[in-house]
Amino acid sequence: MGSNPASSTFELPFPLPLDGGQTLANAVIAYESYGTLSAERDNAILLCHALTGDQFVASPHPLTGKPGWWERMVGPGKPIDTGRFHVICANIVGGCMGSTGPGSVGPDGKPYAMRFPVITIRDMVRASVALLDGLGIERLHAVVGGSMGGMQALSLAANFPERAERVLAIATTARHSAQNIAFHEVGRQAVMADPDWQGGDYYGSGRAPDKGLSVARMAAHITYLSEAGLTEKFGRNLQDRPDGSRGAKSFGFDADFQIESYLRYQGSGFTQRFDANSYLYITRAMDYFDLAEEHGGRLADAFAGTTARFCLVSFDSDWLYPTAESRHVVHALNAAGAPVSFVELSAPHGHDSFLLEHAALDRVVRGFIG
Amino acid sequence: MTGARPALRPDLAVIASHVRPGARVLDVGCGEGELMAVLRESGCDARGLEIDPVLVERCVARGLSVVQGDADRDLADYPDKAFDYAILSQTLQTAARPDRMLDDLLRVGRQAFVSFPNFAHWRTRAALMFGGRMPVTRSIPVTWYETQNIHHMTVTDFRELVSAMGVRCERAWYFTGTRPVGAAAANLLAEHAVFELSR
Repeated sequence: MGSNPASSTFELPFPLPLDGGQTLANAVIAYESYGTLSAERDNAILLCHALTGDQFVASPHPLTGKPGWWERMVGPGKPIDTGRFHVICANIVGGCMGSTGPGSVGPDGKPYAMRFPVITIRDMVRASVALLDGLGIERLHAVVGGSMGGMQALSLAANFPERAERVLAIATTARHSAQNIAFHEVGRQAVMADPDWQGGDYYGSGRAPDKGLSVARMAAHITYLSEAGLTEKFGRNLQDRPDGSRGAKSFGFDADFQIESYLRYQGSGFTQRFDANSYLYITRAMDYFDLAEEHGGRLADAFAGTTARFCLVSFDSDWLYPTAESRHVVHALNAAGAPVSFVELSAPHGHDSFLLEHAALDRVVRGFIG
Repeated sequence: MTGARPALRPDLAVIASHVRPGARVLDVGCGEGELMAVLRESGCDARGLEIDPVLVERCVARGLSVVQGDADRDLADYPDKAFDYAILSQTLQTAARPDRMLDDLLRVGRQAFVSFPNFAHWRTRAALMFGGRMPVTRSIPVTWYETQNIHHMTVTDFRELVSAMGVRCERAWYFTGTRPVGAAAANLLAEHAVFELSR
């Protein structure tokens, strides 16, 4: 965790003011960029990543070696065309891929751990806007994000209405529901119940709450899929046993079902690239997210000052941020008189559909980005 | 895009030529956005509502602002008088309650354009009279069991509904194919009608 040689970094020239009332001094934001910034500086697209994403949107991940998380969407000639646009993706503040987060060293020379201040989606956006200022980008051609990235895109539109011409928010919401918060709480409790968590002070101890974080990831991962997708992919199929017997129940608690071994694989892979404390802080930020509340309780007021064009996309099988959440935002934008497009796309894979192959999504993104 | 734009459907052409340039317009059931694209060229702020996600996607790809939704339900979400014109082309006959949809149309728009196929056209009458079957004609091209049209109406029916609702009919246009037809015999001779309404 911590510094990441593959990314550019930017140190904020001022202490970052936080919604919680504190400030974060000497905050560093790690980012990746693709494509060339035009001389007029008018072709920049800010891409905001999801909860467990990072800045490596279209380049190999330095820890896992896997392709970028939206490699299929971002690149030369792709829907977000890096041949035309300068794409910037920053690791959020509170993250663990080079931006200042709970794993970073605080002013006293020790890792922040749980002394790291609680952050919000708006704090992440403030840090991103400070990065844009540092890069000399006044107005974005577009801000784009899915899931938590979509929350950031909406928050940027609401809080910095002059900074983006287009806002594309995919599979997202303007507020976290009780169900969303409930799932996150399960994940946090799994991390904090792991004896290796050590009250968050596990850095340098040789132990980390990998088991708890892995359970958190397993629970969350279920929310990213759909029942139909799970049934199609795994059904009740049994796993080949280590002893070579096929499709037999062990009458024990090994991963008999393929879905079990898939989740275990997802969970263990996650601990290699993600910091457990970052997971706590970022899920908290999402839970606190309520864009209407920040603007006097009326969501339309959040968008009163905007001149941006909006596009919202939902997926019919997404039960984490269902279509009704996107419609709620669309109504508010209509009430605020903002130009808004909305489409519900059909996809079998639930919330994760935005990350997977989807030709209609590609056409919408390409068409909206222009 | 290459070549000339295909000619607008006659009802859309009438509407396009009578919408004030620069106006705020909501096109309900906007399809692929043909009318919106023309209106945009005359400086209008055109928004669309369309139920079919494939058509919405095409609109978005053209840079048009279109919300996927069901006019029967979602018109209610639009604020009062948010638009100078609300347009309903060839969609009223698919509404669950055409009267309520007209109400909503004139609530969100100061004025409305409504176009619909006239079920009293002589061809339709003849098909029913001599065939004894629900007509399938060029303006009502789909068999009764698969059509989206659930409330067939005639020019006379529409005039009566509008007057019963206290809605003012500003202007009306009638067509056979692309040829205009006079108002007097419109109920018999017009395949399509376009009405400009206000409250």
